[in-house]
Amino acid sequence: MHASFVFVLVKYRCSFSLYFLHSIVLCVGGSIVLRRISRRRELRLKMGIRFVLMVNKQGQTRLAQYYEYLTLEERRTLEGEIVRKCLARNEQQCSFVEHRTYKIVYRRYASLFFLVGVDNDENELAILEFIHLLVETMDRHFGNVCELDIMFHLEKAHFMLEEMVMNGCIVETSKANILAPIQLMDKSS
Amino acid sequence: MNPFSSETRLRDMIRAIRACKTAAEERAVVRKECASIRAAISDNDNDYRHRNLAKLMFIHMLGYPTHFGQMECLKLIAASGFPEKRIGYLGLMLLLDERQEVLMLVTNSLKQDLNHTNQYIVGLALCALGNISSAEMARDLAPEVERLLQFRDPNVRKKAALCSIRIIKKVPDLAENFVNPVASLLKEKHHGVLLTAIQLCADLCTVSEEALEYFRKKCTEGLVKVLKDAVNSPYAPEYDISGIADPFLQIRLLRILRILGHGDADASELMNDVLAQVATKTESNKNAGNAILYECVETIMSIEDSGGLRVLAINILGRFLSNRDNNIRYVALNMLMKAISVDGQAVQRHRATILECVKDLDASIRKRALELVYLLVNETNVKPLTKELIDYLEVSDQDFKGDLTAKICSIVEKLSPEKLWYIDQMLKVLCEAGNYVKDEVWHGLIVVITNAPNLHGYTVRSLYRAIQTSGDQEAVVRVAVWCIGEYGDLLVNNIGMLDLEEPITVTENDAVDVIEVAIKRHTSDLTTRAMCLTALLKLSSRFPSCSQRIKDIVNQSKGSLLLELQQRSIEFDSIIEKHKNIRSALVERMPVLDEATYSGRRAGSLPAAVSTSQGNPLHIPNGVPKAADAPLLDLLDLSADEPAPQNSSGPNFLQDLLGGDILSSASQSGTTQPQKSGTDALLDLLSTGAPPAQNGSSTVDIFSISQDNNKTSVNALDSLSLPVVTSAQSSSASSIIDLLDGFGPAPTVPKDNGPAYPPLVAFESSSLSIVFNFSKQPGSPQITQIEATFSNKSSDVYTDFIFQAAVPKFLQLHLEPASSNTLPGNGNGSITQKLRVTNNQHGKKSLVMRIRISYKLNNKEILEEGQISNFPRDL
Repeated sequence: MHASFVFVLVKYRCSFSLYFLHSIVLCVGGSIVLRRISRRRELRLKMGIRFVLMVNKQGQTRLAQYYEYLTLEERRTLEGEIVRKCLARNEQQCSFVEHRTYKIVYRRYASLFFLVGVDNDENELAILEFIHLLVETMDRHFGNVCELDIMFHLEKAHFMLEEMVMNGCIVETSKANILAPIQLMDKSS
Repeated sequence: MNPFSSETRLRDMIRAIRACKTAAEERAVVRKECASIRAAISDNDNDYRHRNLAKLMFIHMLGYPTHFGQMECLKLIAASGFPEKRIGYLGLMLLLDERQEVLMLVTNSLKQDLNHTNQYIVGLALCALGNISSAEMARDLAPEVERLLQFRDPNVRKKAALCSIRIIKKVPDLAENFVNPVASLLKEKHHGVLLTAIQLCADLCTVSEEALEYFRKKCTEGLVKVLKDAVNSPYAPEYDISGIADPFLQIRLLRILRILGHGDADASELMNDVLAQVATKTESNKNAGNAILYECVETIMSIEDSGGLRVLAINILGRFLSNRDNNIRYVALNMLMKAISVDGQAVQRHRATILECVKDLDASIRKRALELVYLLVNETNVKPLTKELIDYLEVSDQDFKGDLTAKICSIVEKLSPEKLWYIDQMLKVLCEAGNYVKDEVWHGLIVVITNAPNLHGYTVRSLYRAIQTSGDQEAVVRVAVWCIGEYGDLLVNNIGMLDLEEPITVTENDAVDVIEVAIKRHTSDLTTRAMCLTALLKLSSRFPSCSQRIKDIVNQSKGSLLLELQQRSIEFDSIIEKHKNIRSALVERMPVLDEATYSGRRAGSLPAAVSTSQGNPLHIPNGVPKAADAPLLDLLDLSADEPAPQNSSGPNFLQDLLGGDILSSASQSGTTQPQKSGTDALLDLLSTGAPPAQNGSSTVDIFSISQDNNKTSVNALDSLSLPVVTSAQSSSASSIIDLLDGFGPAPTVPKDNGPAYPPLVAFESSSLSIVFNFSKQPGSPQITQIEATFSNKSSDVYTDFIFQAAVPKFLQLHLEPASSNTLPGNGNGSITQKLRVTNNQHGKKSLVMRIRISYKLNNKEILEEGQISNFPRDL
């Protein structure tokens, strides 16, 4: 923790005044103490959706959005495991795979797999429907969405997802409402 | 020009990465790109900040570290334009998380944006806060979020509601502030707001009991009405999914009704109608409809009983289960798991279908179905179900066998009606999937076998057949080798035939063949080979005619690189060669293993103990028959009556047989009288690697000769497996003591700490014996810890057992409570009690103690008294 922080400081030495640096250090010190207190009292509420992944047929990640904290290393291993498990399954098999402490609901569209990690008591069929809604929304925006659309417009894909899911919960299911802010931005630029 | 300068467009970078053939190339591209972004950052480049961050997000997605871009996010968020803010917030959510200290710096920007006049910017800030807020931020910004719950634009309200979920998750104390705003949000029409408000409401209910009560009273009716409207609503294109109006909202509603109705009859009553409506009206030919039905069934199962609804729900599940779509079948199985506690009978009706699902091609469905079958098994259907499962085991996938085997074994162990059936089923499982079973399973099988004396012959013959066909399954080999070693004579002579058995002819050589094959099989591991050696030693006595051949086989392991095998081989060879007179006693059949103790030990609580075999009178080398009630353990029986020769042989303990001292020790012992020499040499054999502190006790098990003898237990099963296995069992260290306590006057291994003192038989009557074990804490020589162990050799149980002691003035005595006040009979259990004696005249006077024992035998009070003056001198 300290090592990485020092690193950040070094990087930004040029752009910050010394006074500011000092206040960062204070903040850091304060937050470590505070966090220790607060973590104990945090609740383990169910969050529903834990992550949304889009992976192509070759197993390359095309979009990844996590709603819980994982280190880079953990993400990589997780993605590797999931890809190995899900991509090996055929069309007839069901769309649910149990993995570690949660379930993965996945659906394939052409060359792209949409994988959603959910808590065990989540309604799997509803998540399947959610994936379809996500794809339809992207379709409406990009017009017959494909892997490349998502790759080259990663931020837009994220904006859409952000309008649909927040903190692991579904916020909005109307395509018009989801796309409104994105279209507004497109118009202005 | 460098193509990877910060002028490269995002598009070009993605192309360059896509063009990479190998991971190394990709890494190189990313490294260059990162370097140029860092350069741009340190130049404080404003024009491309937006683009750089987009690149970083892509690089982050590929799994490369991007922490150096975190500050850029903050700068973009602090910018004034919407596009900058937008990408800045996105970067914030992707590249940072709540554990990053940098996050502290964003609180102020967030606060400003939450108060911004532009509703989209407010939305962005809410979204970011909802995704990454830490507890401190939640506390700081909660008032803003609360205010925004009443914002004019519904899109902001819905985000504020979800943001509130994050806040109450981080700071549960704030929950009560949100109860009232949520109640008003639940009355809204906007679907997004409803969706999130219901979610927030559900979370509030889990956080606080009061909130749950409040919502139950105030909102149940309203929510039921909302659901009714949703079910009956006319076509609404925006929220329609394959003809069903907003299934997401309906599912959320069903979910909150489940929480409100659970455990409350009134609330459940309110929702009965609408649930029935959902269950009957929803179309089940589309996924969306099924999702609603699925949720509805779960709600019906959770709320307070209403018979009619339950029937409806079970029917829906039946329909799901017979559906051809695997997704639907999967959720049906999932649901049945929950239904089983509500209506077990109804689930049993689907047993056949569920069993079919165990055999499905789809691993997810198989796994669910197997879990379900496991819950369905009971005494009445255990036989047919187990048969089905075992039949399927033969054809199942390799990667499913592990799970399946574990479940079958668990079912058989839990519900087996009789031992014969148990043994039969276990053998079948072992033959099919012996490589998948856990050690406990075959350990358990051996315990059961030893406890079924009338089945010994049958079992060993079945195992003999099994090893012929399934010799590649490790567990079969182990159990077979163990049984042939123990019951080889029954195998050869067809003793104990059951009616259903076909007789087989096995010669002594055949039996030895089996073990020879097993020990030479290259896939056999150390445990199996070591077990083979032990079995050979036993057979050498059971089959005298094969003795020479066995000796040759044993000799082949003398050069083994594995110390354990080498050691066993050398020792066993010397037993076969030089100690014919004691061999037969040494390799007596194992006493019956105590099932209760074993299962208790598996649960990890009880120490190992071996019960005595009542039936077999055992013989010591000099031919004096031993009373059956003086319990013996297999190879260790020499010392029980004869502590003297052992003590005299103390020095020999240190001799290392591996060092080539066999001859010298043999010649040494040759000079003493015959009986003693036997003991002596045996002790030499046994003492390899034993700590010198061991005071001549024979607790060193011939099976568990290892470097850490005090760790291995004498328990028969443990001795089958190697120290590697044994040391994993926490109880093994104490088991030695416990075991010997059961055997009355047998000496015990001293504790490792402090100087060692021989245990003392403090009191001995015809039925009761007391053994003292001494230990001292280093540094306080005047204090002696005594552990008194009481055991009862009579067949009756002593109750209200009280031990009292008195000491002269120069001593101080502290008695700790005893482990129990009931002393079971037949030596299969003991009471221990700790005493602490402080000797004020340490070194001048030795300990002395007067004791009194009182107990009740058949409700008759009995008192025994005695004086102990033969304490070791230096205590």
